[in-house]
Formats: sequence, C-alpha cells, structure tokens
Amino acid sequence: MTLPDARLHVVTGKGGTGKTTVAAALALALGAGGRRVLLCEVEGRQGIASVFDVAPLPYVERRIAIGPDGGEIWALAIDAEAALLEYLEMFYHLGRAGKALDRFGVTDFATTIAPGLRDVLLIGKVYEATRRRADGRSASGRSSYDAVVLDAPPTGRISRFLNVNTEVVGIAKVGPVRNQAESIMRLLKSDASRVHFVTSLEEMPVQETLDGVAEMMRIGLPVGAIIVNMQREPMLAPADLAAAAAGSVDGEQVAASLEKAGIPSGGAVLGGLLEEAAAHADRVELETAQRQELERAGVPMVTLPLLAEGVDLGGLYDMADRLGADGVDDGA
Amino acid sequence: MSARLSDVPALDLDALVTDPTVHIVVCCGSGGVGKTTTSAALALHAAEAGRKVVVLTIDPARRLAQAMGLTELDNIPRPVGGVDDSSGGSLDAMMLDMKRTFDEVVLAHATPEKAAQILGNPFYQALSSSFAGTQEYMAMEKLSQLQAETETSGRWDLIVVDTPPARSALDFLDAPERLSSFLDGRLIRLLLAPAKGPARLLTAGMTVVTGAISKVLGGQMLRDVQTFVAAFDTLFGGFRARADQTYRILKAKQTAFVVVASPDPDALREASFFVERLAAESMPLAGLVLNRLTVAPPAGISAQAALAGVERLAESDPLTAGLLRLHAERLTRVARERALRRRFAAAHPQVATATVPALPTDVHDLESLRRIAVAIAA
Repeated sequence: MTLPDARLHVVTGKGGTGKTTVAAALALALGAGGRRVLLCEVEGRQGIASVFDVAPLPYVERRIAIGPDGGEIWALAIDAEAALLEYLEMFYHLGRAGKALDRFGVTDFATTIAPGLRDVLLIGKVYEATRRRADGRSASGRSSYDAVVLDAPPTGRISRFLNVNTEVVGIAKVGPVRNQAESIMRLLKSDASRVHFVTSLEEMPVQETLDGVAEMMRIGLPVGAIIVNMQREPMLAPADLAAAAAGSVDGEQVAASLEKAGIPSGGAVLGGLLEEAAAHADRVELETAQRQELERAGVPMVTLPLLAEGVDLGGLYDMADRLGADGVDDGA
Repeated sequence: MSARLSDVPALDLDALVTDPTVHIVVCCGSGGVGKTTTSAALALHAAEAGRKVVVLTIDPARRLAQAMGLTELDNIPRPVGGVDDSSGGSLDAMMLDMKRTFDEVVLAHATPEKAAQILGNPFYQALSSSFAGTQEYMAMEKLSQLQAETETSGRWDLIVVDTPPARSALDFLDAPERLSSFLDGRLIRLLLAPAKGPARLLTAGMTVVTGAISKVLGGQMLRDVQTFVAAFDTLFGGFRARADQTYRILKAKQTAFVVVASPDPDALREASFFVERLAAESMPLAGLVLNRLTVAPPAGISAQAALAGVERLAESDPLTAGLLRLHAERLTRVARERALRRRFAAAHPQVATATVPALPTDVHDLESLRRIAVAIAA
C-alpha cells in the first residue's frame, strides 16, 4: 500500500482483528527513512507494551523500537487523569488548584463521569503531540514527530470517540473545552489525518467496517485504508480449490503421490486430507465474498497474511514491510 | 508452565443452564470472542430444555439480532419465534436501551416534577446517553429489574446476560460502584453547597475548585451540573442502595459467571484477569467457554512428515503438496492453541472449561444458533 502522507493515523477495528498489532506495524512502516513516529494508546490496556514485549508504558513518551532504516518509534500510553492535570498546568498554570481539584474528586469526575470530556482529554493529548512544531520544540518543550499513530477504540465506539465536537456540544456550549474540541475536529477533518480500519475477512468485522467507513464519511473524517488482517493464503490452485469444494478431487492420484512421498495413504489419511481441503475451499469462498463486500466501500485496501505461529517481533517487522511496500505517498 | 489439558475439569454447560437453582448466567469476556453468540446459544439451549428464559443482549450483530427476531432497541423482552417449546420452556430476548433504562430509573424514583427537571437537563441527557460507564451500569440495572420481575411474576426462571463490549471485561463490575460513589461523593456535596445554603460552607478551597471548574468548563456547564445535582439529590441514596443490591445479586448462589474467550493471547489474558477478579470478589465462576477452537485434523500425519512430503511433491504434484501444506498449517495452529490453553490451565488449574470448535460461518438463523448450542452443551 502507499502510505498516505498524513501526520495523524487513527487505527480502529473490531475486537479480535489485531488492531493493536497493525497499529504497531504501521508505526514501524512510517518510521522508514529515519522518520520519528509516536505510537499512542488510550484504553489503558497496555497493548503496545505487550506487542513489543516491554514493561508497561508510563505516561511518558519513550523510545521502544528502531524502524527499518534507522527511524525511531516512540510510544505513549495516554491516561485521561494525567492528561487533564497536564492540560490544566499547561494552559492555566493551576498548581495549587490542580491539586485541590484532585482532592475534591474533580479529576475523577472529569475523566470517568463527565460525558465526552474523557475523550476530549485523550484525543487532546494526541492532538498536542501531532501539532508540535517541526522546528523540534513545542510550547511544552518536547520533540516533534513526523507522524503519530493512534491505537484507537474499537469500531463500535470509534465515531463517538472521534466526534468529540458533538459529544461536547451537549455540555459545554462555550468556553475552553469547547474551543479545544473544535481545534481537534479541525485536525481530524483535515488532510493531515486518516482513519484506518482493521478487519478480518469474517462477516461481523466486515459489516462493522462498512458501517464504520460510512459513519466516518458522514461525519466528514477522511478514511485512509481498510487493512485486511489475518488473511489465509490460499494453499491450492483455483482449479484444485473448485475441485475440493465440489468433492471431485482425484483421490487415486493423491494416494499415489502420497505413497511416492513415503506417506501411507490408507486408513483415515486420504479422506482426512480431502475433508480438510473441502473446509479450506469453503473458507476461501467465504473470504472472497467478504472481500467483495469490502470493495464496495471504495477505499484503498491492503492485505496482511495470517501468521500461524502468532505475531512476534519478527512478524511485526514483516507486517511493517508489507504496509510500507510502496513507501509514503508524498502527493507527487 | 506445563499443565496437561486432560487434567482440566470439563465445564458442563448443559447441566449449568438446566440446574433449577441457577437463575442468572452472566457471560463476560473481551470484545470479538463471540460473547453475544454464546449468550444467545445458552439461552436457546436452556429454553428448549424446558426453562423459561430471558436473554439480555447489549449490542448484537445485526444478523444475530434478526435471528432472534430483535428488530428494535426498545428494552422490552419479546418472545423469540421458532423455539421448540415441547419441554415447556420459552425464550424471550431484548436489547438494552441504556438511555431509556436510565430514564425509567429516574421516573420510578423521583416525584413527577423532579423527574421532568432531571430528564430535561442537558447534563443529564449527555450523562445518560454517552457516559463511558452508563452502558455497563444500565446493563446491571436492567438485570436487577429482570430479577425482581422474575421473583414476583414467575414469567422467567433463568436470565442470561451478555455484558457490554467494554474497554476491559471488568468495567461492568465497577460501573455501579463508580457511578454511585460519584453521585454521593465529595464533589457533588461541594456543588450542592451553594444551592443549599450557608455561605460559610464556601471555604477558600471550594472557591478555588468551583473557580477552576468554571474557568475550564465554562460557567454554563457548571450551572447545568449544579441544577442536575440539586434535582437528583433525593435519588442518590437510592443509587447507592441499588448498586449494593446488584452486587448482592451477582454474588448470590443462584448466579453463575461464564467467562468467554477465543484461543488468542489477548483474549485469554483478559479471561485470566477476569477469573482472578471474580475470585477476589467471591463471585461464583462456573467456568471458561473457549470459542472458535481449531479442530484437530482427522488425517493421522505428523506436521514433519507432511512438510517433508510438501518438499518432495511441490514440483510433481502441486495439488497433493497443497493438501499436505494445509494439513501441516492446521497442525501448527492446533499446537499453538494447545500451548495457549496449557498456559491458562497452569495459572488457573481449577477453572472448568468447555471448548467450541470454529464454525465456518456466522450465525444467520435459529438453526445455526442451535448448532452452536449443541456444540457448547455437548
């Protein structure tokens, strides 16, 4: 796939589709060419730490990997309470009052109870990291990044999470929080942002992806790519697949070949292999149908294979290679 | 790290859902593991075995909802058509509407004027429709309501609950406590103070706090919250009592928790957390349902032998080589899933487990739900 030249990449997907792994691989891919990338998570799951096999991440940006050509991948687990206190300090210099707020349960209120505020705080931090100036320093004195990847909440909650403006309008019609929400929406709706959907080729994830893409378009947030994850490579030629599905594979020939390879074809062996082939053919057919469904969205698609042994760090770099195969689209 | 899978106690779900002393089954687990499908299949199985069942689903996939005849989110349990009632059972299903559930709580516990004030308050409207924990809280609230109705009317004798696809599988356990501790916490008393009276309560600390809130959130939001809190005041005690009541129900002997997972490291890690948390809270865990397990292939060829065959036949007979590669890949997956299960079993040797083989397609109708039920309750 050609990676869009966006600064902010939001990665969502149904639970179980490998969203966090894909977000990590995307960060590695974007780190190609010596770029600096920040990978953030907002759900307190420590998914990034588990993918990179490192200790739980604090609310501090730290480098966790080196990209293919010496790029740097930094990671940050965003915590709403810490983000709130940081926000208050940064914009209001509320030293004493900040602590008082905490004591009276206000941070608890703002981060767990007040609707929408939590999301504004979480995305607000991503916004701040994305907007740091390219001269290397921002108002906060921190380094800037070439790209920021957000491991976002799952598809079922993504539009509510990203559409902070609508969330906040119900509670704050004017004021600083409202202004912050509007700045965030401007970034999310701009060409500098993309929302990517991770899915497997199964009915429920595909349906949620199509619903999610339509929802993003309705809200006006640019969709990047649909990333089909855990695709099983067809292991049989198309004609053989069709034969396996129809139950018309030439059993005698297979038995002869097995014997030639020193594998006894008697007992349950031949029938078992043919049964597996038929199940595989059904699976491929289902996946093909689901892929056609996804194509209706009219969004660029990229496919990542199923790693039978699970995803280790090596597998992650392979995925990154596939994601970044065509490099970054600089609009040329 | 090593535990023998043959030592893992089997979870007998058929016995569980047909046990007349079990009245509530709560299905929990991380997102994407088939929790809703498992809940629906268990409910269907229990109903066809003669129990009067209501299943509370949170956010079912469209086709599953259609399979159960659920077309709208309206909080009303409706009979599911096509259920075999020859054993005297029945199956009702409903989808949770969290805002409506919250409204019902307000209407049931406040005077009509107060209720109107609360329902019209912008802060309440946002709280009831989008607060991150409202769905969890309302699922538990609905469970209490259904349980009360079960005891009084006898319309049902088994409630099966699906839990919301939360950030973490544990959120629904914490939501009632979180909401009620907020509603009668310090902040609320602080916000109420100006509305309630003596100015001497407004200490310097409070002034700083209200000042900061109004600076950051804007004065209008602070006023909305204060109005809401003043109107909601009389309901606080009730919320605390209801949260305690929900906890009692969840801890009772008539309740059984079923943790649902798929053979995936993340899902099993969540399942581990959940098992530990339930034990810490002395909540009754029935066991683990492991969905979508790769079925061991019938052909008795080792992965090594198959891969050796692939090499020998790759040129001369790509079809047979492909069949062998398919076989070897399946064996690899089976081995990986067994390793994951052994790791879980080593950490939780006492947790009874039921496994459900991966099915080629999703649930479209009652018939496919029944097939899952058969696999689950086998």
